[in-house]
Amino acid sequence: MRIARTLATAIVGSVLALPALAGATLDAVKARGFVQCGVNLGLYGFSAPDDKGNWAGLDVDVCRAVAAALFGDANKVKYTPLSAQQRLPALQAGEVDLLARNTTWTLTRDTANGLDFTTPNYFDGQGFMVSRKLGVKSGKDLDGATICVLPGTTTEQNLADYFRANKMSFKPVVIEKNEELNSAFFSGRCDALSSDASQLAGIRAGQAANPDEWVILPDLISKEPLTPAVRQGDPQWTDVVRWSQYAMIYAEEKGVTSRTVSSSLKSPDPDLQRLLGVTAGNGKALGLDERWAFNIIMQVGNYGESFERNVGKESRLKLDRGLNALYTNGGLMYAMPPR
Amino acid sequence: MAAAPAGFWSSTRFRGVLYQVMVVAAVVALGGWLVHNTLVNLEIRGIATGFGFLAREAGFGISESWISYSPADSYARALVVGLLNTMVVSAIGIVLATVLGTVVGVARLSGNWLVGKLATLYVEALRNVPLLLQLFVWYGVLTALPGARQALHPLPGIFLSNRGLVIPSLDWSQGWLPAMEIPRLVGFNFIGGLTLSPEFAALLAGLTIYTAAFIAEIVRAGILAVPKGQTEAALSLGLSRGQILRLVVLPQALRVIIPPLTSQYLNIAKNSPLAIAIGYPDLVAVSNTAINQTGQAVEGVALVMAVFLGLSLTLSALMNWYNKRVALVTR
Repeated sequence: MRIARTLATAIVGSVLALPALAGATLDAVKARGFVQCGVNLGLYGFSAPDDKGNWAGLDVDVCRAVAAALFGDANKVKYTPLSAQQRLPALQAGEVDLLARNTTWTLTRDTANGLDFTTPNYFDGQGFMVSRKLGVKSGKDLDGATICVLPGTTTEQNLADYFRANKMSFKPVVIEKNEELNSAFFSGRCDALSSDASQLAGIRAGQAANPDEWVILPDLISKEPLTPAVRQGDPQWTDVVRWSQYAMIYAEEKGVTSRTVSSSLKSPDPDLQRLLGVTAGNGKALGLDERWAFNIIMQVGNYGESFERNVGKESRLKLDRGLNALYTNGGLMYAMPPR
Repeated sequence: MAAAPAGFWSSTRFRGVLYQVMVVAAVVALGGWLVHNTLVNLEIRGIATGFGFLAREAGFGISESWISYSPADSYARALVVGLLNTMVVSAIGIVLATVLGTVVGVARLSGNWLVGKLATLYVEALRNVPLLLQLFVWYGVLTALPGARQALHPLPGIFLSNRGLVIPSLDWSQGWLPAMEIPRLVGFNFIGGLTLSPEFAALLAGLTIYTAAFIAEIVRAGILAVPKGQTEAALSLGLSRGQILRLVVLPQALRVIIPPLTSQYLNIAKNSPLAIAIGYPDLVAVSNTAINQTGQAVEGVALVMAVFLGLSLTLSALMNWYNKRVALVTR
């Protein structure tokens, strides 16, 4: 009989453990008091612990912005470092509320995988890094090359597509761990390392013995709009994350920074008054405090500040704004009007 | 008071059967409910289910394959490529580990002090270091070889570099006589010939050397289990040391050795997915990519589990059949 009782307990237990569905994420996060955010295991510039052990990076700033919007405190985030393979199941299963982990927005993920994407926080593209000694000038010179690549991404497929489209052949060396993959590449096991260009810059800055010996080829072979994702079927939560991102971009468009945001409260600009909650309405519509955007800009900064601090001029990566400049400067960053 | 009539429900035998039926029914119900619950929840969250993805184009490359494969082939074919890679490395690993393990096991019992101590050192050092770390070491050693353009070139047509060992191969496609295909360096890599990749070599070396340490102990135990009288009797018949080992001791030791040896063979097959850490495209590595591209983790993992279960059960059945053959026949 003891067996029967144990079984009964197991069955009842798993019924009760059914995850909550649709519509409840915002309330659940508010009640819990922090945002559970899925991030990279460690990608310099996007999400990695800094020298004091605090998570920092462009993706981490999305988590922080959402926390600032919800709780008025950007530090109310708990981070779940996820591998490329773990990330989608972790979000689907409800282990994290939000996935800000350099994830490419693709049709399959948006539909068959049960995810919703908010808005890109970095427009990237897959590229190649090679040894300067190889004398390779373009991706088209790589016919017959051995190429190191990380599994669990869209990278493997892009690579195969590129070589097929150009009628070239290649040999992939697919290694799951970043460090093993990079050391295999730097020891010469592969002729080229292929990944998102921003990651290549991070790997070169962080792990090459002599960064000058390695060049990142100018061709980008794919579109990689890196975008935070949430579970499908909870539009309210999707809106909160999306508008937290827009608030940062809009602040940059309006020239409002973390240093000037307090004085902007007195600005006569009606758009700014609505964004910063001087004119009430946006907060209520989102289910947030009216100061939500003010708190984001105050504690995390506008998009430009976040970019320069994490991956731009003030960082070791020294990436150009490129596609990630505001639309007014020839880039793709464009916030929908917060009114 | 009269004793209650003994109905069939009070029979111990009947109740025993009843409890067993109840337990089996409960287990089946639990399993069915888990599957149902998974399907319902995947449905609610709009996640695709089913094995339809197997027929779709895989779209990713695989570095080594025993059958022809290109990214235009289906996921099913990609998975078969991975399965064959797993089976090849496991099969060769089993043969090599058995040979090496037997040699080391016999050496541990050697009368020669140095040989005995070296064998002990081998066993103790290798079976006490995690296999994953050993794989990293082997892979590190192999990728530290010179680059393709500075390849070691000990004999004509043989090249050793961090791209692997390349040797000439026979090409049977040109009519009756095989043509010798000599590899040469063209552009980035060697063209033609047979290539033993560093990933394959590192995994094979790791699996073989690690498992051989365990097999050595099993062989030693098996030999020690043969009564001393057998050796003495053989000696008195005038057999040499080698003959005694081959004709008298090992055949009897096999009976003790086979059952634990089966577990070690299963371990080789089950440890082979560590390949993913050093880039050998085994079944698990390939299915990981497939899972990632399709997002169908439940199906992918279920498939891999079923295949590994099938592999292990087959191996187990073969070994049990062999065990029956070598078992002592009682007359």
